[in-house]
Amino acid sequence: MIEFPDISPALAELLLAIAAMVLLLVGVVRGDKSTGAVLWLSVAALAVATWIVWSDADTSAITFSGLFVADRFASFAKILVLLGSALALVLSLEFLERERLERPEFPVLVVLATLGMMIMIAANDLLSLYVGLELQSLSLYVLAAFHRDSEKSTESGLKYFVLGALASGILLYGSTLVYGFTGSTSFTGIAGVLATHEERSMGVLFGLAFVSAGLAFKVAAVPFHMWTPDVYEGAPTPVTAFFSLAPKVAALALFMRVMLGPFGGIADDWVGIIGLLAAASMVLGALAAIGQTNIKRLMAYSSIGHVGYALMGLAAHSPLGVRGTLVYLAIYLAMNMGAWGVILSMRRSDGTLVENVDDLAGMARTRPFLAAAMAIFMFSLAGVPPLAGFFGKFYVFFAAVDAGLYLLAVIGVLATVVGSYYYLRVVKVMYFDEPAPGFVQPAGATSAVIAVTALFTLLFFLFPAPFVAEAHLASLALFP
Amino acid sequence: MDWPILSTLTFLPLVGALFILVVRGEADVVARNARNIALWTTVITFFLSLLLWINFDVEEAGFQFEERVGWIAEGIDYHMGIDGMSLPFILLTTFLLPICILASWTSIQTRVREYMIAFLVMETLMIGVFGALDFVLFYLFFEGGLIPMFLLIGIWGSDNRVYATFKFFLYTLLGSVLMLLGILWLYFQFGTTDIPELMRAGIDPFWQRLLWLAFFAAFAVKIPMWPVHTWLPDAHVQAPTAGSVILAAVLLKIGGYGFLRISIPILPDATVTFTPLVYALSIIAIVYTSLVALMQEDMKKLIAYSSIAHMGFVTIGLFTFTPAGVEGAIMVMLSHGLVSAALFLCVGVVYDRMHTREIARYGGLVNRMPLYAFCFLVFTLANVGLPGTSGFVGEFLVLVGAFQVNTWVAFLATTSVILSAAYALWLYRRVVFGELTRADLMSILDLNRREVAILAPLVALIILFGVWPVPILELFHAPVENLIEQHEAALQGVRNTLSFAAAQ
Repeated sequence: MIEFPDISPALAELLLAIAAMVLLLVGVVRGDKSTGAVLWLSVAALAVATWIVWSDADTSAITFSGLFVADRFASFAKILVLLGSALALVLSLEFLERERLERPEFPVLVVLATLGMMIMIAANDLLSLYVGLELQSLSLYVLAAFHRDSEKSTESGLKYFVLGALASGILLYGSTLVYGFTGSTSFTGIAGVLATHEERSMGVLFGLAFVSAGLAFKVAAVPFHMWTPDVYEGAPTPVTAFFSLAPKVAALALFMRVMLGPFGGIADDWVGIIGLLAAASMVLGALAAIGQTNIKRLMAYSSIGHVGYALMGLAAHSPLGVRGTLVYLAIYLAMNMGAWGVILSMRRSDGTLVENVDDLAGMARTRPFLAAAMAIFMFSLAGVPPLAGFFGKFYVFFAAVDAGLYLLAVIGVLATVVGSYYYLRVVKVMYFDEPAPGFVQPAGATSAVIAVTALFTLLFFLFPAPFVAEAHLASLALFP
Repeated sequence: MDWPILSTLTFLPLVGALFILVVRGEADVVARNARNIALWTTVITFFLSLLLWINFDVEEAGFQFEERVGWIAEGIDYHMGIDGMSLPFILLTTFLLPICILASWTSIQTRVREYMIAFLVMETLMIGVFGALDFVLFYLFFEGGLIPMFLLIGIWGSDNRVYATFKFFLYTLLGSVLMLLGILWLYFQFGTTDIPELMRAGIDPFWQRLLWLAFFAAFAVKIPMWPVHTWLPDAHVQAPTAGSVILAAVLLKIGGYGFLRISIPILPDATVTFTPLVYALSIIAIVYTSLVALMQEDMKKLIAYSSIAHMGFVTIGLFTFTPAGVEGAIMVMLSHGLVSAALFLCVGVVYDRMHTREIARYGGLVNRMPLYAFCFLVFTLANVGLPGTSGFVGEFLVLVGAFQVNTWVAFLATTSVILSAAYALWLYRRVVFGELTRADLMSILDLNRREVAILAPLVALIILFGVWPVPILELFHAPVENLIEQHEAALQGVRNTLSFAAAQ
């Protein structure tokens, strides 16, 4: 008789799974007109899940026969993912209504993807890793193609699916190699085997390289980033907003857990790989964005650059590095979601949504507060103090300098300067150019998201310490 | 004082900015209220800074009015404090800000609310730079100033403003990001970014050199030194008048202040190593930019190049490590703060009337504008460094200091006195003297009451400090002595360990 596993560490996940199924039933029964209700109920489910994770943040447990781990690190990352998903849902409501995309599957798919991400974050085994990753990925493919009457959206979904499936295959192949050469799929087991063997097996290294490549695809690090601009541009805008945050947080958290957990002992072998990914992402993100005229593509390249900074924390492979990445992601959540909120508000009075940088022209005069918020987000993404984005970069550079990665840090700061050019260009268009036709007043929920994230970004410098202390405790969970 | 006067002073302008943000009503009502709030805020800030001066103990070489609150992490605190080297710069800032607001009173008509907010935010950041005693805090204020200045040039500048403001932003950012890495390295070596503590740290000479170059990139761009000065003429020319004033009078001084507060005391050995480099760049700057200034056809550009030449004097003085040289350098910075501000305001006066800065478009202004001609003359002579004006005191002290260290440097630097006389007086001759031939100048009006109110205090101070500079000089006498003593002690320390190592 198999003992029934302890389900208490996975309460939030169970809640989301049940909520997704119930809400899907509601949607099926009540039809398209229930979209608004399903969406707010999904947000409520995400909020309750956040509360559950929050109230039980300091647990440390392994359950489901060692497949599932709950610790402070997982809690921190889960809260970020849940917040990111909830904010993306709130931002999407107005879009769905106006673009006649009101289908209750949308929020349900977001909840399912979120569930997948939470399983990824909590994975303690290559199998649960893969299950979580696939649940997430499949939901995301559908979401990318959600605007099924639009060619661009369908193309984006298909592209994402084909390349994503390839990446999943690579990841799976790497996992089999690791299993074949260590004899275990459990993170604890792999770490144990690698610790006892002095000599490195070539097979494990190959497996590690494939797993890294698969994960690098999921976080869109250079050179596995090619899908990002097309998918970001083609997918419906709120879906892009969702893509740019929660899946990246989940994949980066997973990346950190895999690299520092089972492969933590052979860090010397992978620091070079991660460092290269980070450096290439930062440089390409900064350079390639300069020529973009579409703001969604611009944000796509921007996100590639930001993943580079986040990976710099992983390359430092220290508690300080993990702390840096977690702080970075949290700050990125605020400024990125805010910026997407503004992009979703770029709606002309005839109801069309525009997405070129030039369409923002003169927004400082037509919508001064929206423009001020966007300026705050752009300066923050560029990393100019005293805004929050500066502190995000500060903590990862902090870790990189501590780990002696001076070259990486120098590349990072120089990329910041190059990158600041295109963020400044957005500010320039809004503030220096002659006004284009104005935008309609954004919905209340959108405005609220923008206002809250802008205030957070602006005032973060007043209270960094408690926040960073929390991330510090979370990072220690990966270094027992 | 048991209340945090320094922080109050720093953040008071920000409170004013918040008030402006909540002003409601018609566009002209908002504009009027924004102007009034900004003026009153800056005036109150100025009086508060005078209170700081009254309570300041000039005998004390260390830091006063210190405040310390835990902030980012262990060793990175919110640490503020001033000594005699920072107080005069704070006074300069608070003194010039009301003048800037008044100078923009009628010339800025679009988006007055945002303009005034940008200026008040700028004031907070500038006072913060001079008051910060923690390196991270210093960096925050140092870099934060880029945002309001970017907007000031970009929104209210002239035709080529977008190019100028991008150049300004990217140049300065590129210069200072390496400083951030240097700060982090220092933190991991010594567990603190507290500037007074780092002064006692005693850093390995090899690392000192790397750090020195990283900090040099930041300060040399800011001050600016040849050959990284090219952003300055563009930014000056395109900025609105008050923006040029702030840029020339205060922002450039942040570079000099950085050398004084950070490079020299924290990295004494590297400072000595690189002194010849600084001398060479400064002399090139003095001679080259003075010659370039001669050939300018735009008034603001001429003054901008003249600023670079004067900053060459500052860097020479700072790196002489003699009391006369360092005190002279600080005095040149303060005097240049007043004089360049005044000159830009003078350009602004005629620009508001004629909407051109081209020198050839003027001539014979003395016939219609005697009062203006008088003020402009005082400022021009101060810029040249005529005895009896504040410009003389600093330049003379720098030359005295340089002569003690290296006669060739002193000799070459002295050419600046001749060249500055050439370009400044020639500018004056072309604009003010001569026949009044142009038809549109026939009806030009002399200074109005607001403009007199702006320029009169500058005239008074420039002459006062030229004749009786003691109240300013005594402020930073003790800290400069202390700085030089510490510097020599640090060098002795390293020499001793080196000779000890060699003996083994």
